[in-house]
Amino acid sequence: MTRDETGLKKAVEQITALREEFWQNVRVIGSNDEMNQTLEKAGRVADFLEFAEIFCYDALNREESCGAHFRKEYQTEDGEALRNDKEFAYVAAWEYKGDGIKPELHREELKFENVELATRSYK
Amino acid sequence: MNLTLRIWRQKNARDKGRLETYQANDINENMSLLEMLDVVNENLVRKGSEPIHFDHDCREGICGACSLVINGIPHGGKKGCTTCELRIRNFNDGDTITIEPYRARAFPVIKDLMVDRSALDRVMQAGGFVSVGTAGTPDANAISIEKDVAEIAMDSAACIGCGACVAACKNASAMLFVAAKVSHLANLPQGQVERKRRVLNMVNQADSEGFGNCTNQYECEVVCPKEISVKFIAQMNREYFKALKK
Repeated sequence: MTRDETGLKKAVEQITALREEFWQNVRVIGSNDEMNQTLEKAGRVADFLEFAEIFCYDALNREESCGAHFRKEYQTEDGEALRNDKEFAYVAAWEYKGDGIKPELHREELKFENVELATRSYK
Repeated sequence: MNLTLRIWRQKNARDKGRLETYQANDINENMSLLEMLDVVNENLVRKGSEPIHFDHDCREGICGACSLVINGIPHGGKKGCTTCELRIRNFNDGDTITIEPYRARAFPVIKDLMVDRSALDRVMQAGGFVSVGTAGTPDANAISIEKDVAEIAMDSAACIGCGACVAACKNASAMLFVAAKVSHLANLPQGQVERKRRVLNMVNQADSEGFGNCTNQYECEVVCPKEISVKFIAQMNREYFKALKK
């Protein structure tokens, strides 16, 4: 799986539209009075849509390739993941800011005391 | 395959409930029984009707969430299989399949085919903890356990807590479940400190939840998807008497 800026921007747009559609037209059968598995499912879909959007923002923001996150723009000459530890050696925690608003990024720096950051080659 | 389903529908614990008939047409024979219910539910939802509620989770026979009494037998009667592992190819085209919830006083119906099995969780809680030495991570195999003892402990530890033993029993007894949990730890050195307390508490909790007693009919062993032997009930009874004697 590869990602690139154009694709991710398009995905954010599409997910926003999908979420809008979901909240306008979701049809939940059953009532509030009993166990309702349809409502459970709807809640899960709502979570997935929110989560998918954050995923895209994060992938868009991380301008490097690292692990399973492979950005087409950031690769070595022989097609391997090209990391950018100088700018992206952090864990991203995204804070929800409301529907349709870009979430806020909090960086948790990765500090290595006993090992030196290195790139592994799978070749 | 085309099947006729007679399915128990019940709004909630207070509702009387009844069997309703549904047609399941063009069902792929390689589907599991739960996947067939998924198809039926998709059609119900499309028509604006409430889907049939049933419990499910891993769908690979290890979690113990799925239940159902299929044609009168918990998990459908295929040896060593949970409902999620039961394939439609085990039935014939044109068959009528009756699907009901587990029926036991200690398992009240939540809705349709879904029952509340938290009584089993409370039995587990009553079992409590094991006391083990802390400090550093022990070396693997530091406590040597003979192979045949380890095998017996593993055989009882295979219980996934689905409750089929209760549903199959005319006394709605949870003896096979409790026995599996008690024997698992009683057979291992790690379970020795609380050995007596554990069996007394778990058996007493099972009694107070309204599960019945064992009258040696062994339906439980037959329906158990993990094929747990009733010999563990004998061990639990021995454990119980030894614990009473102090």
